[in-house]
Amino acid sequence: MPEVLKAPLVVEFPFTRSLGPVQSAFLTGLRERVVLGVKTADGRTLVPPVEYDPVTAEDIRDLVEVAPTGTVTTWAWNHEPRRGQPLDRPFAWVLVQLDGADTALLHALDAPGPDAVHTGMRVRIRWAGERSGAITDIACFEPYDGAAPEPGGHDGRFEEMVTGIVAPARLDYTYAPGRAQADYINALAERRTVGERCPSCRKVYVPPRGACPTCGVATSEQVEVGPRGTVTTYCIVNIKAKNLDIEVPYVYAHIALDGADLALHGRIGGIPYDQVRMGLRVEPVWSEGGRYPDHYRPTGEPDADYETYKELV
Amino acid sequence: MSTVGAATAGRAGKEPVAVVGIGQTKHVAARHDVSIAGLVREAAVRALEDAELTWADIDAVVIGKAPDFFEGVMMPELYLADALGAVGKPMLRVHTAGSVGGSTALVAANLIAARVHGTVLTLAFEKQSESNAMWGLSLPVPFQQPLLAGAGGFFAPHVRAYMRRSGAPDTVGSLVAYKDRRNALKNPYAHLHEHDITLEKVQASPMLWDPIRYSETCPSSDGACAMILTDRSGAARSPRPPAWMLGGAMRSEPTLFAGKNFVSPKAGMDCAADVYRQAGIADPRREIDAVEMYVPFSWYEPMWLENLGFADEGEGWKLTESGVTELDGDLPVNMSGGVLSTNPIGASGMIRFAEAALQVRGQAGEHQVDGARRVLGHAYGGGSQFFSMWLVGAQPPTV
Repeated sequence: MPEVLKAPLVVEFPFTRSLGPVQSAFLTGLRERVVLGVKTADGRTLVPPVEYDPVTAEDIRDLVEVAPTGTVTTWAWNHEPRRGQPLDRPFAWVLVQLDGADTALLHALDAPGPDAVHTGMRVRIRWAGERSGAITDIACFEPYDGAAPEPGGHDGRFEEMVTGIVAPARLDYTYAPGRAQADYINALAERRTVGERCPSCRKVYVPPRGACPTCGVATSEQVEVGPRGTVTTYCIVNIKAKNLDIEVPYVYAHIALDGADLALHGRIGGIPYDQVRMGLRVEPVWSEGGRYPDHYRPTGEPDADYETYKELV
Repeated sequence: MSTVGAATAGRAGKEPVAVVGIGQTKHVAARHDVSIAGLVREAAVRALEDAELTWADIDAVVIGKAPDFFEGVMMPELYLADALGAVGKPMLRVHTAGSVGGSTALVAANLIAARVHGTVLTLAFEKQSESNAMWGLSLPVPFQQPLLAGAGGFFAPHVRAYMRRSGAPDTVGSLVAYKDRRNALKNPYAHLHEHDITLEKVQASPMLWDPIRYSETCPSSDGACAMILTDRSGAARSPRPPAWMLGGAMRSEPTLFAGKNFVSPKAGMDCAADVYRQAGIADPRREIDAVEMYVPFSWYEPMWLENLGFADEGEGWKLTESGVTELDGDLPVNMSGGVLSTNPIGASGMIRFAEAALQVRGQAGEHQVDGARRVLGHAYGGGSQFFSMWLVGAQPPTV
């Protein structure tokens, strides 16, 4: 059995967040070393604050300052911090009920080990040296035995409010294309295009997925198709995509390889983009070490008659 | 809560479903002033105000949006419960790509038709400014050749196939865009208000994915749309005329399969046929007064006119070209300006459904079609693989 094909896949994007009035005040407050909660109709103070009352569903906008000290309500030890977490050494994830608040805030507690952490312990905020209006303006919490300071009376109005943040997200996958796709990819390395025939409807799928989506049965019979094929339809791409390194304009075409019952997608080259047409006969052009044809070029044959490929459009 | 009880037990058939509240945000490129919660809240509050109801009158909440990648918030419904008054009530999230706004409304409607709930808030949204949908739709896959540039690159070859099959003149797409952008000027909630639009400008706009021009594509919008759906007793208390669901259906099929008809997918035809059967419609072209259909690229108007049975195969463009689909035409299409003028992706399908309901309630304002009695709302999504539609009427269902 050949080695299972797999590769890393990283998906990441710097998402932006418009904060709205309540989160805007909360994060601007952190920048100014002020922790704000919001008062509900039943008189509770929620920290972190929310925009809408969880009980009555009404708007809540009454911001109140709470103390930078509080009590751990529960915790979990993190033995092995990962990239992007608040501390780069083992720490406790804690829920902290700040003095003056009725709900708890999730953050990190800097402690020498799990034996130094317990529910009910007193902690205080350790502020980050540089603050921008983000939850990371609280570097972490630290153990604290002193008295709770009286919170100031801040109402949440600041100069230069923070109205948006960037929230980068990153997902690390290991992608495995599976048996059928791997066979297809391995055949491409030998410059052959191999599809699979459905045992029920006899249609040849390229690329193969290991199953026929129409009949719902597994496919395994391999069928070599092409190398020549017919352009069934296409578009001329004039817009450059952020994550694509292809010069525009280029022709993105659906190509029915001879013997395939489904068109695959490829780029057409070796012909001015404005001379590509439906029915054009093409063949693959391989690049050295490429995993797939770099593009397809005209074979010089007469165009295919529309009637011969219209079922594949 | 009005659920199954003595009053309804034993009643045969489905409970009729009425739309009694509709709310939209003013759709724009970027709502930097509100959070996602603030955005959905705005539409929900407007729907409640339209229905003259309060949060306490709502039995359940059904929300929808397109892929999580479009904002990068994993399962946003979890954090939106407060904003939508859903605490202590059932809350569901529906996801069927671009058609989700329609299927979300239908899931909500089915809860009422089945007498599970009496009054349901349904809402769909997208805040496209928080991400980049073109990126989200073109994620790289290892071992595969990166080729595709967003949704336009995906759909443009199918538009070319339609042009070849039907022999439609090249100008038809620009006629649709020109019409929809003018209709949008009559809709205060529409995103694009291009007051100086001319047909020449549409036809002179750059080709992005030839044969699709810039002015024939939808914008990227932030927006939300909400509806209050209710049963017969709820409709009887409605302060304004309700819209009644006469039929509703969803269909799906794979993105790619041998024999797939991308120009006129079978799932779309089957979905429309199911809606017409439920509503007792034999001839949609004569019996339906107007259509809000999901047209993200202008050429999809003639394509869907055929797919939905308003024209024979290859004939849809003739309705467009002869002015039948204009606001004052015999079968107006996208009176609101459509997806071409407003596209908060997840909400776009629900806006179609809601605009259809506004028409039969006689509340569409400047883009009202006089005497609209039966109007179709249509949505599709993914690679033309998810379809959802409803037909709404000014009168309760009789079949």
